[in-house]
Formats: sequence, structure tokens, C-alpha cells
Amino acid sequence: MVDATNGADFSRVDVASITKTFKLQDRIFFFMTLASAALVVLMLLAILVVLVIDALPTFQTFGLSFLWGTVWSAPTDHYGAVPAVLGTLISSLIAMLIAVPLSFGIAIFLTELCPGSLRRPIGTAIELLAGVPSIIYGIVGLFVLVPLMQLYILPFLIATIGQVPVIGYLFQPPAPGVGLLTASLVLAIMVLPFITAITRDVFLTVPPMLRESAYGMGMTTWEVARNILIPYTRRGLVGGVMLGLGRALGETMAVTFVVGSVTRLQASIISPSTTISAQIANTFGEADGLQLSSLIALGLLLFILSFCVLALAKWMIGRSDSF
Amino acid sequence: MNFIRKFAVGAAVATISLTVAGASFAADITGAGSSFINPVLSKWAEGYKAATKNIVNYQSVGSGAGIKQLLAKTVVFGATDKPMSDADLEKNGLAQFPMISGGIVVTYNIEGVKPGELVFDGETLAGIFLGKITKWDDPALKKLNPDVKLPSSPISVVYRADGSGTTFNFTNYLSKVSPEWKEKVGSDTAVQWPVGFGAKGSEGVSTTVAQTAGSISYVEYSYVVANKMGYSKLKNAAGKVVEPTLDTFAAAAANADWKGSKNFNVIVTNQPGDKTWPIAASTWVVLYKQPADKALNDGALDFFKWAYEKGQKDATALNYVAIPEAVSKVVMESWKKDFGTK
Repeated sequence: MVDATNGADFSRVDVASITKTFKLQDRIFFFMTLASAALVVLMLLAILVVLVIDALPTFQTFGLSFLWGTVWSAPTDHYGAVPAVLGTLISSLIAMLIAVPLSFGIAIFLTELCPGSLRRPIGTAIELLAGVPSIIYGIVGLFVLVPLMQLYILPFLIATIGQVPVIGYLFQPPAPGVGLLTASLVLAIMVLPFITAITRDVFLTVPPMLRESAYGMGMTTWEVARNILIPYTRRGLVGGVMLGLGRALGETMAVTFVVGSVTRLQASIISPSTTISAQIANTFGEADGLQLSSLIALGLLLFILSFCVLALAKWMIGRSDSF
Repeated sequence: MNFIRKFAVGAAVATISLTVAGASFAADITGAGSSFINPVLSKWAEGYKAATKNIVNYQSVGSGAGIKQLLAKTVVFGATDKPMSDADLEKNGLAQFPMISGGIVVTYNIEGVKPGELVFDGETLAGIFLGKITKWDDPALKKLNPDVKLPSSPISVVYRADGSGTTFNFTNYLSKVSPEWKEKVGSDTAVQWPVGFGAKGSEGVSTTVAQTAGSISYVEYSYVVANKMGYSKLKNAAGKVVEPTLDTFAAAAANADWKGSKNFNVIVTNQPGDKTWPIAASTWVVLYKQPADKALNDGALDFFKWAYEKGQKDATALNYVAIPEAVSKVVMESWKKDFGTK
């Protein structure tokens, strides 16, 4: 050993065998990491396979009419996906309409306008908001937001927007406080920190040179945000929004508390409704037979829906490459 | 290396001591299912352990999930708020018997109306939950409550959003008293309600009713007591107006025809008798007739025998109604045939 470190006698070292050991080590390492990566894919496929197998009785009974059936009735063993799917899509859409502009606003403030001393506290507050468990949002929603909606906000909406032709159709009673709009508000607050955090991070990637040049040319902050920040970071923004949307689609606990769990189809967005995840969480424990299979079929639809959102995000990101 | 050897020795010692400990006691009696029976079953398990040193381990996962676990043979007994059909029992070699009863109460939150002031009958109740009676000063309600000053505010119907035995028994009652309900909605642990909105769990229903003026719902008796909620009297099948009390719930269980029914499949709603509360509920225990482990099965039966004989006081303290003695005797008689007990 002492000789070797002195670099005197290399002839005693078997170079070939050492290379072989290194190669073997590398191969083992390669297969271990490959196995880890493969596990994710296998898990995803396994979930899909189990969902499809367990949902099969539903599709055998109702065929594709499950997809446009509007009745969900255990006593008659008749199930249709429309109320839950529609509730999921509408509540997520409204949540995004509220959360996206707010998140962008917060992010622009934090990166462009915020005094340095405030930047850290606000940033930390947003990260903490992301860490609040969803059951807390559900409880606060039920005990604080629902009475507020029931007594003040919803009656106001019915008295104002509710009277406008066409749009008013979406703001009709019954409005007992729980409902789609309440669920959307809770969802918006829940996805806000995710979208904000990503938006802030991608805004920070804009090269200072670009930004400074724009200001130097006399652009206002609004013009910088509109013409420099957003176009430059379009890909990241789409990613952040889609991540938020994915979370909103699948959120269960908080929504179950405030959505009202109504499986009838209703036009009004302030009335009680249901979502896929709320429907599953509510009735899974007591369900059996065809009802259980139909709940799993709903789960399969949510799986596909989330997959489509992700695929759409990838596609949009790909398209915006050419800007 | 030294560490591994130490660890292996430790594990071996632990295994041996566990085996020895396991041998001195019988294995735990495991059960799963109904959350309705959970408080009283847990109390019984405590008392039974003190008396016999045997441990009963119950998971309150919901009736449907409990039956699923029983069929997967991961538990010794299941407990369900909705009796299993004769065909399902036959097919799987199971037997069931009622273990506990309780009452479901119609609760309301109407300004100016005190708890216990209102009276409903089956038809009006079905009318409200069908959405045909929409205001508190409806003539049908006024006729039943001539002395109560009812507001003209709209009625908000609240129901259990999650699948539950409470919903099963309540809708079973409505199906018995209203042909229209039976035809349009039916009875199950969750149904498609024609009006109203859902709240999660009994706690959710209690909170929502308290928050919503003009609301009506149904909930287990103990929640009405604990939360001091508004409750109604009901007109029973004999045409008498009764208060929700443990006595009227017990009358429902006592007046039901348990002996004449196959597999004890009696839903104790709308039962005869002057004192009978019309919306009572029971929980059934389900066991294998030919279990894989007969000693464990007999252990479970011994626990239920103990509960029938010594558990009434615990039940009453928790606002449940023990199965009447006349009925529990019939049940234990049936065990000889079903499980071969002595």
C-alpha cells in the first residue's frame, strides 16, 4: 500500500480486474436506479389495471351510458357519472378563475414591487398556506365560510346577478351556504399557494438584463409584467396553473365538507352539488356490488381527467416553445 | 457484523417472548363494521376484558366495509345496520342476529319553536322530504300543530351525505308510510334525495342544522341529547303521538316480530304498539356458521352472550336500547342450530 501511494510500482496492480469491478458496480447501480424508475411506471399501470377491472361491472351493466347518465340512486341500483363529473369540472374551473389572477398578482408584487424587507415574510406565509392540511380548510369552510355565504354573500348574488337575464340562471336558489361556489372558493384558497410559488420562481428566472432594459426604456411595471415577464415565462406559468388545476380536480376532504353532496343535476352554481372525490369519500364505506363498482368507475374517470389535464399542459408547453 | 448479530439475537428473543405471551391468552376477537354500534361495543369490550381477560378488537369502518372484511375473512365478526338478505347469508354460510337498538329522531331549527313542540306524522314527513311541503306554515303542518306558531319561512331539508345505517332506517320508514316515497326514492344507506342537501356524518348534520334557519333533518338520539337540538314528536303506526325516549325506542324493539322472522331480518321502523317510537334502528352481528377458527368464533359468541346478559346498563348510559330479554333468549336459542353452541 505504501508503495502504491508512492506511485512506484504499478505492475502489481491488476488494472483489468479493477476495471471489471468498476463496470460491475456501475451496472448494478444502473439497474437499481432503473428499477426505482420502473417502479413508478409499474405502480401507475397497476392502479390503472385495478381501476379498470373493478369498474368493469358498471360498464358491463350500463355500457357507455354511464358516462351521460344523470341519475345516481342506490335503491334502484342505477348510476350515472354526469352530476359528479360536471361538479368536479365546474368547481375546479371557478377555483382557477379566482386563483390564477390572484396568484399572478401576488407573484408580480413579490418579484417587482415588494420592498425587500417584506419579501421574506410574505413568501413564507404563502409556503405555510401550502402546508395547511386540507381537513383544516374543510372545517374552516364549514364553520366560517358557509354561514357567511348563507347569510350575506349568496343572498346578495341572488338579488343582483341572479336578476340578470341568462347569467342569472346560474345564480338561483336554493342557496343554503354549502354548494359549488363555496367549494370553489375553498379550492381557490388551497391552490393559490401552489400557483403563486411556481409563478414567483419562474418570474425570478427572467434575466435582470431584459427587465432592466425594459425599465430603462421607460416601461411601467404593468408593461414590464405584460410584455416581458409573462411572455418570457409562459411555459412555467402554464405548468404552475396546470399543477394547481390537477390539485383542484382531486381535492377531497375540504370539498366534501362544503359542497353539499347533492347528486341531482342543477344549473345554479351557488346550489349544493357534488364532485367525483366527494361522492367517493361519502359513500365508499357503505357501498357494495354495483354501487362500489360505479364509484370505482368514477375514480377511473377522475384518473383519465387528471391525465388529460397533464397531457394538455405538456402539449401547451410544447407549443409555446416556438415563441 | 457485530451489530447484525446482536439484532438477530434480539429479534429471536422478541419472537419467542411474543409466542409465549400469545399462548397464555387466546387470540383477540376481531370485528369490523357499523359505526352506530361502536360506542357501546367499545364499552362492552372494556367490561368483557375486565371480566374475562379476553380482548375484543372492533374497527368502526362502516357497515358495508365491515361485511367486506368478514367476507375476506380478516375479522371474526361483522356488524351491520342493514340486515343481510337471506340469499347473501345462505350463499356465504353466515348467520346474523340483532345486538342493539336505538332511536332516530327528526330534528329541526325553526325560530320561535322549542324542542319537542312539533308533531309530525309519516305522511307529512314524507311530503317534506319529497319536496311537496316547502313552507313551515303549510296547512298539513298547521293541522298537526294547531297550538304552535309556525313561520312562513321555507323548509331546508338536510340529510346525511355519507352512506349510513341512519339513512337506511329513516328512508325505510318513509318507504313504509309513503307509497310515493317507495316508488320515487326507495330505501338504502344513501339515496338520491329529491330536495335538500347533504352534510357529512352525524356531527356534520348537527352543525348544519344549527347553522341553517328553517332546517329539518334526522339524526341518532344521542346527538340530539348531546347538542340540545330541536326534536319532534311523531305519530306512530297505532295513531298515537309519542316522544323520543329510551322507553319508546325499547317498545319498538319489543313489539317487533323477531320470532316469526327468518334470520332476524326485521327493520324496527313503523312497528305496532301504542308506545312505539316509529323510527327505531338496530345493528346486527354477522358470523360464519362454519368458521375457520371455531375457538375464536365461540369466543365472539361468549362475548355477545355476556353483552346480552350484562351489557344493558352500558347501553342505557350511552342512550342505546339493549335488545329485550325475550328477544335475546330467542337469539341465543338460535345459536344452538346455527353455531352448535350448548
